[in-house]
Amino acid sequence: MTRLVEVEADAPSASEVDRRTFCKLLGGGIVVLVTGGSSELSAQQRGYPEDLNAYLRIAEDGRVTVFSGKIEMGQGVHTSLAQMAAEELGVELDAITMVMGDTDLCPWDAGTWGSLTTRMFGPALRAAAAEARAVLLNLAAERLGVAREHLVVSRGVVAVRDDAARKVSYGALARGQQIARLVDHKAVLKAVQDFEVMGRPTKRLDAGDKVTGKAQYAGDLHRPGLLHARLLRPPVHGATRTSLDLSRPKAMPGVVVVEDGDLVAVLHADPEQAEAALAAVDVRWSRPEPTFDTESVGDYFVKNSAPGEVRVEKGDVATVLAASRAAGVPVFASTFRTGYVAHVPIEPHTAMAEMLDGRVVVSAGTQTPFGAQARIAQALGIDEKSVRVLTPFVGGGFGGKSAVGQAIEAARLAKLTGRPVMVAWTRAEEFFFDAFDPAAVVKIASALDREGRISAWDYHVYAAGTRAAEVLYDPPAARVTSSPARGASSTLHPFAVGPWRAPGAGTNVFARESQVDIMAAAGKADPLAFRLRNTSDARAQRVLRTAAEAFGWKPGVGPTGRGQGLAVGIDSGTYCALAAEVVVDRATGAIRVVRVVAAQDMGLVVNPAGARLQIEGCITMGLGYVLSEELRFRGGEILDTSLATYTIPQFSWLPQIEAVLVKNDELSPQGGGEPAIVPMGAVIANAVFDATGARLFRLPLTPERVKAALGG
Amino acid sequence: MQRTIPFRLNGKPVSIETDDQRSLLWVLRTDLALTGTKYGCGEGLCGACTVGVNGQAVRSCATSLADVRGKDVVTIEGLERNGQLHALQQAFVDHDALQCGYCTPGMIMNAWALLQRTPRPSRQQILEAMEGNLCRCGAHRRIVAAIETAAGQGGAA
Ligand code: FES
Ligand code: FES
Repeated sequence: MTRLVEVEADAPSASEVDRRTFCKLLGGGIVVLVTGGSSELSAQQRGYPEDLNAYLRIAEDGRVTVFSGKIEMGQGVHTSLAQMAAEELGVELDAITMVMGDTDLCPWDAGTWGSLTTRMFGPALRAAAAEARAVLLNLAAERLGVAREHLVVSRGVVAVRDDAARKVSYGALARGQQIARLVDHKAVLKAVQDFEVMGRPTKRLDAGDKVTGKAQYAGDLHRPGLLHARLLRPPVHGATRTSLDLSRPKAMPGVVVVEDGDLVAVLHADPEQAEAALAAVDVRWSRPEPTFDTESVGDYFVKNSAPGEVRVEKGDVATVLAASRAAGVPVFASTFRTGYVAHVPIEPHTAMAEMLDGRVVVSAGTQTPFGAQARIAQALGIDEKSVRVLTPFVGGGFGGKSAVGQAIEAARLAKLTGRPVMVAWTRAEEFFFDAFDPAAVVKIASALDREGRISAWDYHVYAAGTRAAEVLYDPPAARVTSSPARGASSTLHPFAVGPWRAPGAGTNVFARESQVDIMAAAGKADPLAFRLRNTSDARAQRVLRTAAEAFGWKPGVGPTGRGQGLAVGIDSGTYCALAAEVVVDRATGAIRVVRVVAAQDMGLVVNPAGARLQIEGCITMGLGYVLSEELRFRGGEILDTSLATYTIPQFSWLPQIEAVLVKNDELSPQGGGEPAIVPMGAVIANAVFDATGARLFRLPLTPERVKAALGG
Repeated sequence: MQRTIPFRLNGKPVSIETDDQRSLLWVLRTDLALTGTKYGCGEGLCGACTVGVNGQAVRSCATSLADVRGKDVVTIEGLERNGQLHALQQAFVDHDALQCGYCTPGMIMNAWALLQRTPRPSRQQILEAMEGNLCRCGAHRRIVAAIETAAGQGGAA
């Protein structure tokens, strides 16, 4: 039996043909496509077929496959998306197969970042699964001769409610069908209280493969005739090549040499031979003069930035500040600084490319498979349809794998050599070509009234953008200025900058929450009480109270000597408050973070175990940019190109971590991958102040800076 | 120099004819197609490439093939027994001790070697032994918990 049923849901007819063709390509079974409902999703839509952004398929053998343009890089969406589909469909979690980040099979997607996956893609997927379940129930009703209301679904089997022997499996229902459905976003979804799979702690679906070494990352792929490439790199950014002699590598056995404009590469079946060939290249460079370095970058930004754009304006800040000064009320003026921070995924950027049937097929560790597809097509001067990008497991991204340089290099080399090519950046290349979290400066002038309320807040951020720069507190006069806008600032930086976990948010919350602490101490107020008094934001109050309670916060005016700190931030719709305890070694300036407690309100929690893991990950990773990580550079020269000098958190740094999820089921799921890293700078700096009385204005809080602040 | 290098790999004898100065890491990953052992830095600084050699944790990126002649090499692929996960592998799954999973094989092999010589390590011993293995995703706490669990269940086997 074959039939084609198409149900329209205000779909534009222009894409109708596409959709039909598309469904045919997928073969038999039941396919549900979802059109975008939210504006953010619509804005991301493009390509073929035009208007869909999620789909799932129930094949004729009953297997459920979910196709998503998102990728798995450790954040656990592979599992949480499967959970959502399983929940709405009424099947076991392990009945779901996930296909992710394949530009041929998956709906177009802008990229995996900003904790958007669960929030944006989740509702679409749940709608698709709910529709599929409705289709299956209708088929079952027909098959069993029973009205839909009398049917129940459990583990992929539809049965008559009071007669469990009369049943039929999803597989049996899908057999011989060729059904395509199109739904929009607003399908009726299961209510929270009916959840069986979502909202429960679940082990990761990918864990088994990851503990046995079976999980494949881009570098693990192999093809007959595969060549490993090493590329010629400039010694500093902005250098120009003045001479090049490739005769020595060309004479080495088994070495393939490619020279194509800016691209010079040596390739060999053995990566170590390729490395040796690269060392044999004779090249000379001329280097540009450096304009600024690790120490002078802050002043350089302030001097060379555009006046800035006012992003928030409430009341007349200048007048209130002037009035405060005139009345002898102190005005707090602070300058906060942060440095360039690297992503340092343990898997460096890697991609394998090959030519297949006239198309270039690239498997890449990337956060943006569709972006990579477009960039590769552009670089090769071919149609996007001639490029397929697949995304195996990604060994950490944190924003850094939105840049797809390695995928373009692999594609170019595969096309030039006609052989499969692996481009796996070395650790030094990873440091050199990373798109760093930019160095930034925040200047704040603020004032308190006589009741201890914040009366004015004048905030100016340079180079970090305004993510998480909201005022949060309730001063009657406030202004937030940003210059230059992030992204438009690339000419300012001597090398690439880009999204880091919660781009710029850590800088902004470090500045705001440090400044709030400064005012609390000056106003002789407990930092928790001061915050609660100064914000009417109920979600902020709730996470602050929850964190303080879980921590066992003892009220006191800083510095109490106890070494306790507090900070709160908002990111991706999620509120996160942290409370921390530190011990400072006054002789060495070393900070030991003893304990961090997080209270997070992220709306409805799909997978609590996953959410906790993300919070812990954020806190642990956050210790790096707070305590040690700052890329040293001189102009375009990167001085830290090894893990020997750029230190990331290690086992001995581990604090005790507790994560409390604040229940807020009325709110749809919000981002969970980044919020907890955002308040880390402030919470530790505030705790250091509480321990020692020394206020630090620059991240990272290195031992030298701590000692200097202590006057040592 | 081109030589024949015999050693034991995951319990079975193997013999490879190649330049014996090549690194164990790349011989495992290319010639032997054992890609569970990962490249992270190539400088002995991250631990992603950790394997067991005669029961010791060794950075395979900093080990030449000549160094393992006649020795007993164990990689992540060699821990399962009859389709059963090793106690450490099971504990990593149970404790959610991974996120992206790229550091995981090296973490497990490093812990495996620790449990070979110290079947019941203290928390401090675990932290010290694992210090040189880097994880960017921040799975550290769970990794420690997983190792403690595995140790409690005879994870040295
Ligand atoms: S790859 Fe061997 S220690 Fe990093
Ligand atoms: S789990 Fe990603 S590096 Fe450890």
